[in-house]
Order: sequence, then structure tokens, then C-alpha cells
Amino acid sequence: MSPTTAGILFLGSLVLALALVYRPLGDYMYRAYSGTGHLRGERWIYRLVGVKPDAEQRWGVYARSVLAFSVVSLLFLYGLQRLQDRLLLSLGMDPVKPDQAWNTAVSFVTNTNWQSYSGESTMGHLVQMTGLAVQNFVSAAVGMAVAIALVRGFARTRTDQLGNFWVDLTRGTVRILLPIAFVAALILVSGGVVQNFWNPADHTVATIAGGQQAITGGPVASQEVIKELGTNGGGFYNANSAHPFENATAWTNWLEIFLILLIPFALTRTFGRMVGQVRQGYAIAAVMGVLALASISLTMLFQGIHHGTVPTAVGAATEGTETRFGVLNSAVFAASTTLTSTGAVNSFHDSYTSLGGMMTLFNMMLGEVAPGGVGAGLYGMLVLAVITVFVAGLMVGRTPEYLGKKIGSREIKFASLYFLITPILVLVGTGVAMATDSGRAGMLNSGPHGLSEVLYAFTSASNNNGSAFAGLTVNTVFYDTALGLCMAFGRFLPIIFVLALAGSLARQGQTPASEGTLPTHRPQFVGMVAGVTVVLVALTFLPALALGPLAEGIH
Amino acid sequence: MTAQTLSASPAPAQTPTPRGGGKVSGGLLDPGQLLRSLPDAVRKLDPRTLWRNPVMLIVEVGAVWTTMLAIARPSWFGWLITVWLWLTVIFANLAEAVAEGRGKAQADSLRRAKTDVTARRLVGWTAGQAEARAERVGAPELRQGDIVVVDAGEIIPGDGDVVEGIASVDESAITGESAPVIRESGGDRSAVTGGTKVLSDRIIVKITQKPGQSFIDRMIALVEGSSRQKTPNEIALNILLAALTIIFLLATATLQPLAIYAKAGNPGVPDSPALDAHGVSGIVLVSLLVCLIPTTIGALLSAIGIAGMDRMVQRNVLAMSGRAVEAAGDVNTLLLDKTGTITLGNRQAAEFVPLDGVTEAALASAAQLSSLADETPEGRSVVVFAKQSYGLRERTPGELTHAMWVPFSAQTRMSGVDLDESGDGRPGRSLRKGAAGAVADWVREQGGPVPPRLSEIVDGISASGGTPLVVGETVDGSARVLGVIHLKDVVKQGMRERFDEMRAMGIRTVMITGDNPLTAKAIADEAGVDDYLAEAKPEDKLALIKKEQQGGRLVAMTGDGTNDAPALAQADVGVAMNTGTSAAKEAGNMVDLDSDPTKLIEIVQIGKQLLITRGALTTFSIANDVAKYFAIIPALFVGLFPGLDTLNVMRLSSPQSAILSAVVFNALIIVALIPLALRGVRYRPSSASKLLSRNLAVYGLGGIVTPFIGIKLIDLFIQFLPGMS
Repeated sequence: MSPTTAGILFLGSLVLALALVYRPLGDYMYRAYSGTGHLRGERWIYRLVGVKPDAEQRWGVYARSVLAFSVVSLLFLYGLQRLQDRLLLSLGMDPVKPDQAWNTAVSFVTNTNWQSYSGESTMGHLVQMTGLAVQNFVSAAVGMAVAIALVRGFARTRTDQLGNFWVDLTRGTVRILLPIAFVAALILVSGGVVQNFWNPADHTVATIAGGQQAITGGPVASQEVIKELGTNGGGFYNANSAHPFENATAWTNWLEIFLILLIPFALTRTFGRMVGQVRQGYAIAAVMGVLALASISLTMLFQGIHHGTVPTAVGAATEGTETRFGVLNSAVFAASTTLTSTGAVNSFHDSYTSLGGMMTLFNMMLGEVAPGGVGAGLYGMLVLAVITVFVAGLMVGRTPEYLGKKIGSREIKFASLYFLITPILVLVGTGVAMATDSGRAGMLNSGPHGLSEVLYAFTSASNNNGSAFAGLTVNTVFYDTALGLCMAFGRFLPIIFVLALAGSLARQGQTPASEGTLPTHRPQFVGMVAGVTVVLVALTFLPALALGPLAEGIH
Repeated sequence: MTAQTLSASPAPAQTPTPRGGGKVSGGLLDPGQLLRSLPDAVRKLDPRTLWRNPVMLIVEVGAVWTTMLAIARPSWFGWLITVWLWLTVIFANLAEAVAEGRGKAQADSLRRAKTDVTARRLVGWTAGQAEARAERVGAPELRQGDIVVVDAGEIIPGDGDVVEGIASVDESAITGESAPVIRESGGDRSAVTGGTKVLSDRIIVKITQKPGQSFIDRMIALVEGSSRQKTPNEIALNILLAALTIIFLLATATLQPLAIYAKAGNPGVPDSPALDAHGVSGIVLVSLLVCLIPTTIGALLSAIGIAGMDRMVQRNVLAMSGRAVEAAGDVNTLLLDKTGTITLGNRQAAEFVPLDGVTEAALASAAQLSSLADETPEGRSVVVFAKQSYGLRERTPGELTHAMWVPFSAQTRMSGVDLDESGDGRPGRSLRKGAAGAVADWVREQGGPVPPRLSEIVDGISASGGTPLVVGETVDGSARVLGVIHLKDVVKQGMRERFDEMRAMGIRTVMITGDNPLTAKAIADEAGVDDYLAEAKPEDKLALIKKEQQGGRLVAMTGDGTNDAPALAQADVGVAMNTGTSAAKEAGNMVDLDSDPTKLIEIVQIGKQLLITRGALTTFSIANDVAKYFAIIPALFVGLFPGLDTLNVMRLSSPQSAILSAVVFNALIIVALIPLALRGVRYRPSSASKLLSRNLAVYGLGGIVTPFIGIKLIDLFIQFLPGMS
């Protein structure tokens, strides 16, 4: 079987598997968020936190709850890292230095998982398990909760109640993420991913060259699975999913990509169920699917046919990829991880062909909406749909409506603000870094490739992706601070605008659809949203791309 | 519309016959208008005026900056760019100035109608009083509640209601309609408008307007656009445009450090006019920004809004706010009065039902003869129907020499003829036609029988919603009933097609009638409306509107009577007839000067066209950016990275000419689209999907392709200019 056929089979089987679980998982999540009963464990949590699970919240209260929860998580995670030498299971590691601890805390709370440290040599088991892994669960559940609140805004009429954040957070964690993670972790372990409490000092082996190598084990599988499932991306090891203990074989690689794409796609079904029109969910899934397939295919193409001495000799751009995965499967992983807010890597994007690397960059610039992070992808795509509906709706001669809600000045204000945030952070961040010595000092490469590294770092942080273009030295005060700010603003400002939009939508009544209403479930609309997304992003970032990957890649 | 003004056009407004296709179009743009508006456009360069349009304000700031740069370091390239940036702003102002100019012409003619009028105010007048002391005051001094007297030949000094008398009034100053109208106290024809002229008789009018707020004052303000406020959709669109502008501003500004870095990495590359060690030159940076921000739609947005109001005025509809025009496009439900809107105002003969022993032809002949002296529309319709259906020649009353005509009167409720065929002065044959009871009585008086079958037919026709007229005759003393004429409502031609169009646009039509449900259903089916409200009282109408609105639907209706006022006020689009009462006019948010209820359909189309024009030009504007990037990005950096020349798909001759071509195209496209902005894009009623497909193809795809061609063509010319290589 040729590598191309294998690559296509790999991708095809993924699409098939995702299609199979789409309905049952989407419907399950719909029931999880819409049900009125509470599990016993959930009641304990509500009592512990002191919330009334049946009281609903207005958008402002919902947003304050998100922020309060995140601030507390941030302080806890910061403290845990700073004090790790005095706590259990530290493996003798030093406390993490302040700027790095801030960066890491923000990174995990915002579901970014940008890592300016290498896990095996910085974090002890306690921080990994009770700090990072816990945030992997709850930061994902926060994203899903916000998405569900926005969907309620579309589904409900004449109310200011958007649900209860604490209930949505708990249910997302307890009913959705934990069960799937548990099962998938067992499967990963059976595939060779490690799960233990080894102290590396006890496990040293003699290398072929005669040296001694300490083997770091740890609770890897449990963290690995939520890293993918919650589109987090923060690896236990510095090598992330390229490390054999995190991602052992070609089929665990397949499973990890499957886990990355699982919830973001299935949430569109949940959305369709909640608004009472499953075809609207299919349409959003179709937009995501079209963009994702186009991006994955292009990445595979660029990685497969790039010119250059080595790629031509071996038939593909093998540099930076693991031979047990191969070039094309790595390309699928790279595209999936940047199309979502995951940022896990099983190959090194810095070593990709310039155009292949540009695709990973462009995927994030899309705002990570195809299918995007858990929850974040859905609300990002719905905001884009709102903007598309606005322009398209005017063209059919009516005040634009989406799902029976009028898109007036208030709605378009919040949608525009949402849309503005990440481009501002990326462009200003990159501009500042390129204009200052401390910014330029981090670059490994000179010329366009160096610029791509910086652009990639700010794009990744602002969009809460977390993958790195490697090469760039980010463990500096400048990058830890700047990227930390980008992550925080890039996460919470959009969330506030999304919730404000949800509040404004929920207050409206429902306009019944007629022949004169723009249908938002047909291929016509799917094509428009995809087109608007690509054109807007291309227009925003083309100048920067022209000086980075395009300058390097076009001959 | 440049030449046509309201008062100057003596031609009566278009007859309300529905036009096929329902295409909405506006007046054409007179090229001279562009020149005439140029001074206004230059005046609008004042930043205090321009700040209302942030996109163009940014262009102006950029133009000022490039001017300073061009002065500091003069070059052909710098000056050419500067000139075209200024032209961009002026062209944008021109669009608005032209749109406003059209309104000004109308306002001037209205002002002429508002000449200084002296009013004769009655002091201490009470109803029924024959004489009261009149004092002369200037019209502007009149207050609400003042009573004035107006004689034939005088101008009515202000808006009000006739409280005594009846007069024919020439309202051409307002409506352009030269035929006089009757205004009388009481009822629904009591409202008079200031500035109109009493032609005959004398009326006493109670002033209902506040000083300076007359109908004409409001019309002037509206057509001039002085009171124009941004409409909800316009505000929303402005927000989106502002967001896009901010993004492009940042994309341009942050390009600078990237460019400096890139240039520093390639020290061997010589400086160019676009790029040196200090980064991209200010002039080029401004050019890039201006090309990217949505200048096309930013320039035309206000002109589109003004032109939308103007299109309403051209159809003799006064919209009290732009919001109302916009709401018209959103309407889900149209409430249409049956009489005058769906059916012709009068019932017409539709069938002859003879009694036993009478042929239809004989009945038709008798009906026609007996109706010849009946000048009511119903009577005329009997004559015409008999002629059309039975080939009976229309006879004129003078033709039959021995005939005694009995005209219709309200007392007898009959018309007819006595024929003296033998010429002995004694009528041998008499015919009567009229209300069933009246004719039956007449036959009985003449000693004839009234068969029970007659009342069956009469009741049957009544039950079906028709009006029965009975025809009877006496021949040499023996009387009998011949049969019945069935009069019924006649649906206007083309209404079914119009309602089909409405349905395709997703608009539900509801017929409102005072008829019983049976009749209402028959007419509703015939006309093709979606629903009907029978035996409707004004409060039923109001309840229906509220019910529709609770379901999230927008409702439009027309009305004229005072009892329509609550419903007009409740409806999202309430069109009051100009013939209606002032209460109705006050309650609605539009006034139709032609008082043509069918116009509601056109109003909806104009509203839609306004929104479509905005959406289409926004799409076009954004789609244009793709080509501009392909012109400017390679031009900027091809020196550093020769590979980027691949992006120069238009093969523009030099970096300088590429940038200038993009700027010139960006400016010229504004002028090229002014006619479209004023006229509105082509609109045919159809489903949303079809509309979107078409507009996407024309303005989306067209918006991507057009600038590639346009920029290339401009480059072919300007490459020969100095400073282009």
C-alpha cells in the first residue's frame, strides 16, 4: 500500500468513525445539559461550592461565575507550582519560577496548554495530576458551558436566564468528560501508553552508547486522554504526542486524533437538538467539515509534494516527523490539532514545509472553528454564522435573522467585538515582538522563518491553541508575560462577548420562518459561512503571512 | 426625478393597476447632477461633517498625511496617490450630495406651496352659528384648536378638520393630482391640508397642527433629509464596517515592524519608493489601508438610505421615518381592506337569473333597458354586462323616442322606463329594476303575482354575498317578475399574481372585510389571499395585529378612517390614506398621497430593495479587497522576496503602477456605483434562496472578479504616467 493510499484510508476511517458517534454522543450531551435531575455526586459538589443547582443565571452572572472560577483556578495552579518542592510527589523538582508559573497557570486555565517548560524536568507528579490534569478537565468544561449558554440564547425566548454555570460545568465534567476519558485511557494503556508513579531516579537504563538514562514514567495515560478529548494539548513530556510513552503506535495516534475531533463535532448535534432543528446542527457541522477537510488535504498535499533535496529524495517532507506515524498521518494530526484548540503535536511544525507550516498557522487564524476547541469551536462558528447571516440576510431584503432571532445592532456589536479580539492580539503581539529586542532575541531562525515562529507563537496563544512552532525560545520574561496576557485576553474577552450575545438573543421573541427568511441549513449557506470565514481571515492576515511562510514558500 | 417635482407635475399619479413582475425601479441619474453637486461634495470635506462617516474620515486623515509627506518629499508617485485619495473622499461626499440634491429639488417646490397665507380666524365661533367675527392673522400664528373660515379661491392656512360645510379642494400642491377632491364636515373626508386651495363653496376648519409642524413642513424636512436618523439596520451595518476598519487598520499598522525586520534581513536589496530601511513608506501604507477598509459601502451607505426615502416620495408615499421604510421590508403579514384594494370599489352585474317562462336573453334585454337611466356604477355595470354577455347593443336614452325614463332615486330604489310603442300617449310596456322589495311591491301594485321562487333566488344570492336586483315588467296592464340580476364584488385584475408574488416573498396576505364569512371566503378564494377576517370591526383588526405581533410577525396595513387609527398606530407599517382623517394620518407612519391602498405592496418592495442594496454593496465592497491584495502585496515585497511575484496574477507593470491602479480603482468604483446606490439593485419578488443566489453571484462573485479586470485596465493606462517605473 502506497503512503498516499494509507494516508487517505487513515483520514477516511477517521471521518467514518466520527460520523458513527456523531448522533449518539450529540444526543447524550443534549440530555446531559437539558436534564433536570442531579446525580448524587453532583449534589455533593453543589453543596460543597454552595450553589443552588436549580436557580438559573442572567448572562452577567454567568460571565462573572466563569471569571470567578477561572481566577480561583489560576491562583490555585500558580500556588501549586510555586510550592511544589514542599508538597508530595515533587520528584525533587524546584519551585517553578514566577513568570513561567504565571504563564503555565494561565495556559492551563484558558484551555491553551502553551508550555514554556518541559514537563518531565519541571513538574512533579502532584502538579501534573491535581493541577494540570484537573484544569484539562474543567477548562474544557468551561468552554462547553459557555457554548451551551449561547445555544440557550438561540433556543429560548423572552427570558434573561441562560442556565447555571456551576451546573453546566459540573455536568460537562462528570457526565461527559470523565466517562469518556476513563474508557479511552484504558484503551490507550492497552496500546502502550504508560500509567504509573515512577520516580525517574529509580529507573535508569544503560544506553547503547554506554551512558545512563533516567526513564521518567508517571500518570501519563490519564492525562494524555483528557489532553486530546478536552482539546487541551499540554503534554506530560516535552515531546508531547511524539513521545512513545504518550503516543505509542500508529493506532493510538489514530485514537488521539479521533478524541481531539470527537466532542467539537458532536456538539453541533447537541446544538441542533437544543434549538429544535437538527438540520441547523448539520449545517454548522458541514461548515466545520468542509473547512477541516480542505485544510487537512492541503496540509497533506504540501507535506507530500514539497520540492527540496531531501523531500524529493524520500518522497515527502519527513523532517520532524516520527517514522512510526509517517508524514501524512502526522499531517492529519498537525491539521487536527490546530483546527481545534488542542495544540498537542506528534511532529514538529517548525520543520514542516513552509506552506505546510502555513496551513497549521492558518488553521489557528481561522479562529479555531473547524471544529475548534470543545465548546469554543461551536461558539466561534456560531458567531461567524451570525456575521454571515447579517450580510447575507440584508441581501434577501429583510432584517437578518438566525434561528428566528433578529441580528440587530446589539447582536452585531457583540459578534464584531468577539471577532476583533484575536486578530488584535495576534497582530499587535507579533508587531510588538518584532519591534523589540527582547522579542527578536527568542528567534532561532533568521529571515521569514524566524518571523513565522513569532507569528505562530502569538497566533497559538491568542487563539488558545498551545502548539508551538518550536525554534522560538519562549521561556523568557517577555514571552511568558506577553503570551500569558494573549492567552488570558484571547480566552475571556470572547467568552464575555459570547455570553452578552447570548443574553441579548434570549431576550428576543422568536420570528417564525417564512419563504422570505434566509434558510440557514442549505449548502448555499454552508458555502457562504465557509467563504466568509476564509476571506475575512485571509484579508486580516495576508500581509503578515506574505512576509513569513509565503515569502519562504513561493518560488 | 430630477425634473419632476411634486407640485409641478400635473399628471395624475399612476393608476393603481398592478404591473407585471412587480419590478421596482427608480429614476435615472442625470450626469449634470453630479457636476451640480460637486460644490456640496467639497463642502462636506469638513471633518465636523465627515465624522459621521468614520470610514471616510479615516480616508481623509490618510489623505492629509500623504499630502504632508508629498510636500516634504515631492515625487510624481506621491502626488498622484495623494490626489486620488482626496478624490476618493470627494466621490464619497458626491454620492451623498447627489442623493440629498434630489430631495432638495422636491423641498423647494413644496416651499413654494407654502407661501404666506393670511387666515381669517373666527372668534367665539360655535357649531351651527351663522355669523361670527373674523380677524385676519398670519398663518404661522395659528394655534391648535383655532377655527378659521376659508372661501372659494382661498388657500387653507393650516392642517385641520372641516367642522362645517362642504367644498371641493385642489390638493395638487401636495399630491400632484389635479382633479379636485371633496372635503366635508364629519365622516372620513373631513381632513384638509394646509397649502391646498378651496375651489368652490366655503368651509370652516378647526386647526389641528402645532405651529411649524404642518404636513408640508414635515414633508419638506423628510425629503430634504434634514431630520434623517440612522435606521437600525444602518447602525448595525456601521458597527460591522467599523470593526472591519479596525482590523485592517491594525493589519496595516502592524505590518510596519514586520517589514522593517524583513528589510533588515535582506541588506542587499536596494530601497524602493515603497520600502526602505524605515519600513513601508507612509504613502504606500495609507494606500494599502484605504484599499482595504470598506470604502465603497462606507461612501455609499448614507446615499442608499436617502435614495430609499426618495423612492418612496417618487411614488407619492411619505414615510415619517427611515425606520418605517426598513420595517416595510421585514413585513410578514399584510392586512388589506377588501373594498378598493382587492375588489373594485363597486359591485358589478355578473349573472342574470330568469324566472320560469322567461329566457335569459329577454331578461338581459329588459335589465339593460331598465338600467339605461340608472347612472349609478351598479346600473352602468348591468348595461355593460348585458352588452358583453348577450351582444345587446347599448342603447342610448335618446334613441327610443317614445320612452319615458324613470331615473334611479334613493326613495323609489328603482329605475326603469315606460315605453309607448303604439304612440298613443299611454305606456304599453313598463320595465322596472331595483331592490328586491321595491320591485316586488311595484309588481303587486300593478296586480301581478310575485312567485315564491323569487324570494328563493334572492335569498340565495344574498347568502352567497352578492346583491340581488329584481327586474319586473307590465305589458298592457299585466305585471310579472322577469328575474334577478346578480351583482357581486369583482376582484381587480392581476391581484392573484400579486398575492402569489407576496407568498413567494414569504408574506402572508389577510383580507379584511365587513362581509359575512361566506362572502368573505368566496372573495378570498377568488383573489388568492392567504386568509381573511370577516365581519371585521375596528377592534377586531387591532386584535388581529396584536396576535400577529405576539407571534413575532411584523404587520403592515392601510387605513383612512378615525376608527382605523388605533390599528394604524399598532401596526409596524401603517399607511394612512391622504384622503383620510387627520387622526389616521397622525397614527400611521406613512401617508399615501394618492390614497391607493394597493400601494402597500410596492412599499414592501421598496423596503426590501433598500436592504438588498445595502447588503449587496457591502458584499461587493469586501469581495473587492481580494484583488487589491493581489495588486499591492507583491508590489510591496517583491524586491525582498522575488517569489511573491507569483501573486502578481494581473501582471501589473510596476510596483508603483500596481499601487496607484488599486487606489484609482477604489476611487472610481464609488462613482461607478452611485447610480446603483440611488436606483437600488434590481429586485424581483422571489424566495430568499433565489434572491441570495442571484445577489451572491452578481455582487459576491462579481465583486471578486471586477477589480481584477478594472485594476488591470487602469494599469494599462497609467503605466505611461511619470513616476510609474
